[in-house]
Amino acid sequence: MLLIHCPYCEEDRSELEFRWAGEAHIARPENIAAISDEEFAEFFFLRNNEKGLTYERWRHIHGCGRFFNAARDTVSDRFLMTYKAGLPKQPIPVASKAAAIAEEKTVETWEATEGDAR
Amino acid sequence: MSSSSNSGEFRIKGAGRHTPARTARFTFDGKSYTALEGDTVASALLAHGVHLLGRSFKYHRPRGILTSGPEEPNALLDVSRDAARRQPNVRATVQEVFDGAKIASQNRWPSLKYDIGAFNDMLSPFFAAGFYYKTFMWPREAWHKLYEPIIRRAAGLGEAPKEADPDHYASRYVHCDVLIAGAGVAGLTAALSAAATGKKVILVDEQPEVGGALHFDSSTVIDGQNGFDWAQAMAAKLKAMPNVTVLTRTTVFGYYNHGFLALVERVTDHVALPGRDLPRERLWQVRAKKVVLATGSIERHMVFANNDRPGIMLASAARSFLNHHGVAVGRNVGVYTAHDSAYEAAFDLKRAGVSIAAIVDSRSHPGDGVLAEARALGIDVLTGHAVTDTSGRLRINSITVTRNGGANARKIKVDALLISAGWTPSVHLFSQSRGKLRFDEANQRFLPDIYAQNCISVGACNGTDDLADLIDEAIAAGGGAAVVSGENRFEWTGGMIGAAEGAGPEDAVKAFVDFQHDVTAKDIRLAVREGMHSIEHIKRFTTNGMASDQGKLSNMHGLAIASEMLDRPIPQVGLTTFRAPYTPVTYGTLIAHSRGDLFDPARKTPMHAPEAAEGAEFEDVGNWKRAWYFPKRGEDMHAAVNRECRTVREVGGVFDASTLGKIEVVGPDAAKFLNLLYTNTWDTLKPGKSRYGIMTREDGFIYDDGVVGRLAEDRFHVTTTTGGAPRVLQHMEDYLQTEFPHLNVWLTSTTEQWAVIAVQGPKAREIIAPFIDGLDISNEAFPHMSVAECTIMGVPGRLFRMSFTGELGFEVNVPADFGAAVWKAIWERAQSMGACLYGTETMHVLRAEKGYIIVGQDTDGTVTPDDSGYGWAVSKKKTDFVGIRGLKRPDLVREGRKQLVGLFTKDPKDVLEEGAQIVADPNQPKPMTMLGHVTSSYWSETLGRSIAIALVAGGRAKMGSTLYVPMADRTISVEVTDMVFFDKEGGRING
Amino acid sequence: MADFAMPQRVLPMTGFHGGSSVVRLEPAAPAGRISLRAKAEDVSALSGSLGVDLPTRPKTSASANGRTALWLGPDEWLVIDESESGLMTAAANSGVLHSATDVSHRNTAILISGPGAEAAINTGCPQDLSLSVFPVGACSRTLFGKVEVVLMRTGEEAFRMEVWRSFSDYAFGLLSEGAKDAAL
Repeated sequence: MLLIHCPYCEEDRSELEFRWAGEAHIARPENIAAISDEEFAEFFFLRNNEKGLTYERWRHIHGCGRFFNAARDTVSDRFLMTYKAGLPKQPIPVASKAAAIAEEKTVETWEATEGDAR
Repeated sequence: MSSSSNSGEFRIKGAGRHTPARTARFTFDGKSYTALEGDTVASALLAHGVHLLGRSFKYHRPRGILTSGPEEPNALLDVSRDAARRQPNVRATVQEVFDGAKIASQNRWPSLKYDIGAFNDMLSPFFAAGFYYKTFMWPREAWHKLYEPIIRRAAGLGEAPKEADPDHYASRYVHCDVLIAGAGVAGLTAALSAAATGKKVILVDEQPEVGGALHFDSSTVIDGQNGFDWAQAMAAKLKAMPNVTVLTRTTVFGYYNHGFLALVERVTDHVALPGRDLPRERLWQVRAKKVVLATGSIERHMVFANNDRPGIMLASAARSFLNHHGVAVGRNVGVYTAHDSAYEAAFDLKRAGVSIAAIVDSRSHPGDGVLAEARALGIDVLTGHAVTDTSGRLRINSITVTRNGGANARKIKVDALLISAGWTPSVHLFSQSRGKLRFDEANQRFLPDIYAQNCISVGACNGTDDLADLIDEAIAAGGGAAVVSGENRFEWTGGMIGAAEGAGPEDAVKAFVDFQHDVTAKDIRLAVREGMHSIEHIKRFTTNGMASDQGKLSNMHGLAIASEMLDRPIPQVGLTTFRAPYTPVTYGTLIAHSRGDLFDPARKTPMHAPEAAEGAEFEDVGNWKRAWYFPKRGEDMHAAVNRECRTVREVGGVFDASTLGKIEVVGPDAAKFLNLLYTNTWDTLKPGKSRYGIMTREDGFIYDDGVVGRLAEDRFHVTTTTGGAPRVLQHMEDYLQTEFPHLNVWLTSTTEQWAVIAVQGPKAREIIAPFIDGLDISNEAFPHMSVAECTIMGVPGRLFRMSFTGELGFEVNVPADFGAAVWKAIWERAQSMGACLYGTETMHVLRAEKGYIIVGQDTDGTVTPDDSGYGWAVSKKKTDFVGIRGLKRPDLVREGRKQLVGLFTKDPKDVLEEGAQIVADPNQPKPMTMLGHVTSSYWSETLGRSIAIALVAGGRAKMGSTLYVPMADRTISVEVTDMVFFDKEGGRING
Repeated sequence: MADFAMPQRVLPMTGFHGGSSVVRLEPAAPAGRISLRAKAEDVSALSGSLGVDLPTRPKTSASANGRTALWLGPDEWLVIDESESGLMTAAANSGVLHSATDVSHRNTAILISGPGAEAAINTGCPQDLSLSVFPVGACSRTLFGKVEVVLMRTGEEAFRMEVWRSFSDYAFGLLSEGAKDAAL
């Protein structure tokens, strides 16, 4: 079970108090009524679902109730940082990035365990 | 209590740590035995010379006790206190004997000694690895009728109890600075070191008392004291410290993300008469800043022909039985080893008066120390030899010994054989923490390498065998200063993995690798020959390591045999991943309190008790208990609902609407915010008025609906569906916080602040009038869709003029703690005027008669406001709202979309089934083209016929046409109609 | 208007009692409550008119004049008034931008006290409740088993658990189990 740092409560709390809320930094177009079908699809339906470093939204739903942003490595589940909603995409501190990369190596992945059996 | 003299003829006087006078009686397969307190079932039975405990899973081969710990693959028994407190597949080496225990063997019929299933052993050439995958492929039809039922009957070990579990289980969250898994020398030392710094420490061990390997290792001296005694003294010292918790009989079974660990504490399984307050087990969910793994190592068996007979066991297990339990595992014992440590078992037994037939060592050069001691004790040592076979049907009676590479075999009589191929570090929890292992080529073992969490391995699980080194390592891990000193008497050397002499690729023998799943060395080789080159595939093909012991003994051997066959080094063949749980965990523990009344919250409205007193039947709506209908004596549901429907339309009815979601939207930008969240327009709504609103998601589909009342310029009372309340608030908060944070408005859930009493019907006004103060509720002053704050029975409340029945209606909102009293007063008056109580079923019928939709029943997440006939609720003037763009998508505006319409069955008595499919031509070939389905269907007492609402492709253009609903036994003809079945002009709500 | 006696307030856990040798469980007395929302610049004006300083640090509370204000989020407080009244008016009198909503009857509360209180709550609450991490006066919205609660530490061995009324049966039931287990 994850331990997540809430940037509003300024404390690490159990994953139980939180709810994941999808990819971060996807702004709703201000002229939404006027955008094309393709632009709408891009905004509403399409997500990158990247493996590794992702920016995502969480809500401290059973805590302070605030939405916030997190940078998480989806391979190791390490949170590189969390920051308040409304802030632009934050750069990852170098030390945390290095730690995350080292940690990724320890994680069992399909490629590592079964990939050679293809 | 019986005397100690009958606690078993294999009990050695003066040996062991149990008190001879403290006995317990138990039965095994109906026969009564006496044990000593502290015995495991295994030690108690061995004390009586009982080695045959069960039959193997596949071949039904006689099996005994292989180990003395949780890694036991063979000795699985059925243990019970009474009919309901019975558990199958209990490890005899873990279960402590308690007075009155009833224990039975498994997987045998008619008896353990004569088991019909053993026929499988003779057929074993046909049951090789992959047998099931290959054999039952054809004929295909035979699978369901023949193969699967037979296999299912034969499969599964043990029999699950059928009664409900009468025990209860506890759970606890706890945080600590350091969690230490394992309380052997390393764990205790680390705990002492950490505790001295004042840190909050939790020390956990799966055995009844601390000590780990000191249970069997009688030679270790620590701080000048016998190792086991030292361990108990240290445990007492730790327990006395306020910052330390010592949990014994507790297993760390899972090591998850971010320092989260799950522990199970076995509280009563060893107690004869547990107190009723005691939970059987307690689940500990621990968040630890740091974890010290001191999980030790597990001895491996030797892989050779017929290595599975009762009486063959690990050398360390025999030492535990002797040194801890005071039991000799035989009178004439042989040893077969590839490691020095097994010699210790022979020495201990010899000193206790047991004859040692021989030590057979596969190595040519064992350690000098052990050879010298064997010589001094007069024990025969055959170096460079192998045990190439064994005999004895229900218990070993001899071994066949052959010089390595030689041909001449000779038989040696034994009644027990102790085996050891060396020690496998217990890296299970390290691996679960996502740490990465490295292969220690010199010692043929996997050891912790890269850590993924704040965790450190110490002692045997880290490959540290020397006691002085181990203690230094543990002190450092604990972060404190030196507290302990000790030394080994011997260096432990040697060890092997893989098949031993005589069980090679050319030998057609059964040399077991995985005892519980009957996997032999031959099976592993077959898997490789069949093309499995990854250990993950070999594992699944052979089921090696997939039994409930999860391969604690077998994984390394399986890997070595595969590596040899593949001619690839072990690290390249790979190691299967260890997963939680480390040992089996009961469902009771995982569920803990979540059963019975605490399975899920049962939410009750403030009027629940008086409604129940009026005879209400309740239905579950989400977690809510809602009054469903109120049967009078002799009425079934149908009769009650018909009466309620009639009475509401003719006189009036009282309905509990408290569960509807309520959100207070407050702030100067409240109307602006609602404009963005609903399809309707809100800035034109005047204070004191309310409006039905529809909420769509960004994709244009209906998300929720409800009436919204404006109490003041800056305050709205929003209602949502009962089930939608939490997600609607989440949806609104999401937009408010992240898309429209510039708006000055706040949202508060008030669902439970208000008890809501709906009073509907021609006499509704007359019923509530006397209770209302400070408000003119005449039709002129307070018309349909009005809202006001007023005083209701002396308490401040909110009154809505609204209707979900099509009748004149009000919804009385009072603060919840007054709900029951106000409800009772209103109901008393309503009753005197001939009105009734009605429940959700009647509400559903009445609203369907009016064509009012229920979101989630008539809509399913693919329905737009226009599809449902509510296109009028979508503002054409607004330049933005959530869903405005989605609603313009080509598929949402195309012709022929499914639309909600009414259906009349040709036979008015036919009531359609909700969910039934609709077609244009019932005679078309299958699969038919389906036009839609029935979403709501009821008997309408008001109309004296059935009514239904359905989603039908191009429905509104099909008015008056005939469609068909094919059912299993017949086809029902229906006519497409308007969705409003009753009072189409809507005059009644303005009464 | 007919002459009706104004009804008595009936709490959802009326008559409940429980606990063990180390934990006392009891329903709290009726109280007035508002959910208060405001921006940082308006906190002092609201504090003035409410007569209690709205805390601005996470996980903290403040009490004065029979009122307790609990920080729940950066712009959210739960204000509890033992006397059951006056909170809405007091907030309105501040004259500053805010949202006050009466939730007096939405919540009900359980008082948990005794040496086993912490352990009893940790039966279902995943937070670290040790005194150094959750000191007297600390408060937080969190989970208790399957329900959301607001937990406040009122003394070294005393907590107040605010819970929505329809979840109070469940919360009291789970606390009773925790209280029993804490006594073992």
